Amino acid sequence: MINCKVILSISKTHLLSRIKQTAIAALGVTFGIGTFIILVSFMTGLNGLLDGLILNRTPHVHIYNEIKPSATQPIDLYTKITDGFKVVQSVKPKFTQAKIHNALPLMSQLNANPDVKGAIPQLRAQIFYISGSIELGGNLVGIDVLEEVRLFNFGQYVVKGTPQALNNIENGILIGSGVADKMSLDVGNTVQVSTVGGAIFPLKIVGIYQSGLADIDNIQSFASLKTVQRILGEPQNYITDINVKLFDIEQAVPMAQFIEKQFKLTAIDIKTANAQFETGTSIRNLITYAVSITLLIVAGFGIYNILNMLIYEKMNDIAILKATGFSGRDVKYVFISQAILIGLIGGILGLMIGFGMSVVIDNLPFETDALPTIKTYPVNFNPWYYVIGITFAMVSTFLAGYLPSRKAQKIDPVEIIRGQ
Amino acid sequence: MGNDTILEARNINKYFREPVLFHVLKDINFKINNGEFVSIMGKSGCGKSTLLYILSTMDTDYEGDLMFMGEKITGKPHEELARIRNKHIGFVFQFHYLLSEFTVLENVMLPAKKLGIKSLGEIRHDAMEKLKLLHIDDQAHKLASRISGGQKQRVAIARALINDPAIIMGDEPTGNLDSMNAENVLNIFKDLVREQNLSLLVVTHDHDFADQTDRIIEMGDGRIIHQ
Ligand SMILES: Nc1ncnc2c1ncn2[C@@H]1O[C@H](COP(=O)(O)OP(=O)(O)OP(=O)(O)O)[C@@H](O)[C@H]1O
Ligand SMILES: [Mg+2]
Repeated sequence: MINCKVILSISKTHLLSRIKQTAIAALGVTFGIGTFIILVSFMTGLNGLLDGLILNRTPHVHIYNEIKPSATQPIDLYTKITDGFKVVQSVKPKFTQAKIHNALPLMSQLNANPDVKGAIPQLRAQIFYISGSIELGGNLVGIDVLEEVRLFNFGQYVVKGTPQALNNIENGILIGSGVADKMSLDVGNTVQVSTVGGAIFPLKIVGIYQSGLADIDNIQSFASLKTVQRILGEPQNYITDINVKLFDIEQAVPMAQFIEKQFKLTAIDIKTANAQFETGTSIRNLITYAVSITLLIVAGFGIYNILNMLIYEKMNDIAILKATGFSGRDVKYVFISQAILIGLIGGILGLMIGFGMSVVIDNLPFETDALPTIKTYPVNFNPWYYVIGITFAMVSTFLAGYLPSRKAQKIDPVEIIRGQ
Repeated sequence: MGNDTILEARNINKYFREPVLFHVLKDINFKINNGEFVSIMGKSGCGKSTLLYILSTMDTDYEGDLMFMGEKITGKPHEELARIRNKHIGFVFQFHYLLSEFTVLENVMLPAKKLGIKSLGEIRHDAMEKLKLLHIDDQAHKLASRISGGQKQRVAIARALINDPAIIMGDEPTGNLDSMNAENVLNIFKDLVREQNLSLLVVTHDHDFADQTDRIIEMGDGRIIHQ
């Protein structure tokens, strides 16, 4: 312990008596760590934003009844032909309803599952928006709006009006922003929709929905589940889709497989549906880390260089220390502690600069039509990145200091003293 | 008799292999007793400094045995040799050797801080005492790089004394001093020998200096020719 103090006081004197070089070495680390923090905060903030754009509103498991041909055709049941091919041409899809059979019991069973955060119903209907003599094709989705808000951040995408109004106002509709633009509609107006069957209903616009994806906003609108059921003339248990949100997204795949097997329904998990998003995220992370590591390695070489030079300049000091009873190990620690101090000071400064820059970026205005709820650049202030940053600074400066320090440890004092 | 001996060299041989094989020390045998003041004399290049580096445990590349305080220290690990140097051996170099970025006082204090027995206050007090002894206490708070050569040499002697070592080895410790200061150092050495039973082994070219020591070891061409 006492030893430690002596060694630290020596390395402190060394660092302070050449403050310029120390500052340059520390600034190298500061630059590396600062850039790492800025990059990683901004990149992951962006990742979070993009993930939020799709993944947050995508159900972890989407359950519906798919129209498809039967896997086993009647001829498969005919077993008398053993050596030959069975060829069926013009296979037609099996006739089934779009509705999910026994949807309500299924939902209550899912909601009882402890892994499930919520399983909520949707009813998708093909409709036409009618404006004078023009009919625009579109979708009307019947939803349980409060649950959508709770589980899928639905509220973020209602740019005008409130989602709750759907529940409060009879025959209300949240109309897609693209549809509203095309038909010059606004909150408070009434829009006529007709079903595929031809029945026409007037609906009152209580809000405007904008997802940021034009393909969706141009056709899709939302109404309460009851309203859509009434438009379609279907009973209260008529539901075409169930969206499940889990507590742990990793459970999505097994859960989807389980539902498909158990209930003979189609269940798509989020991983299958959005595989490309994960790839994008991981590549962006990879770039962030690669750039940061490169910067830190450069900083590490700077420290290595400066310590190497320092040790050549300090040959005399090393010889004196050894002659007066400091061991090789003590001398090694004198130099390693200098590297670590440089790393610590530079690293902490880097964290502070990184944080400061992140705050600045976080307050820069960033407005785009595609992202209605975003007003400034997204930044992720995850404290873990700061822990990683300082650890990285310490490790890289330690490594950069270790090799020169080893050299100092091995210096033969007699050779130096004699060389005078 | 054994306990009276502080340092003993037994058949010490040393070779330099670079640039050509050179047998620099040949069969060195001698003893130094507790409280003895010994000087080594000899022509330049006869191997005095080389011998002193071996005796001070800094150089471990030699043949033969070195006994220190009744113990064989040849072959001990570096860590332990460093501790022995720190605690028991004070060394004054042929050329002044101080840490130039530290103050005079800090230079003197450092070996005691490393030893870690006394408190910082005691160490500072003792260091000032040693500096006073050598008449350079007025320079205590200057950087070591900002004092004269002779002053540096006296600081180095103060540093050698700080841990109250059992033996002090000096390689021409008065080489850079004027006659008055050389006289002072000689007197300090004599006092230490008399009062604290310290042993001294000093290389010198100064016959007047050597004549005042207990014993003169004459070296020539890597051998002891007279002791
Ligand atoms: N590293 C070395 N490699 C080879 N030969 C060396 C080395 N160091 C010293 N020598 C030689 O060893 C001999 C003894 O050197 P040393 O320094 O011990 O002499 P010295 O007696 O102290 O002389 P001086 O009185 O001038 O200080 C000299 O001849 C010198 O040339
Ligand atoms: Mg010499």
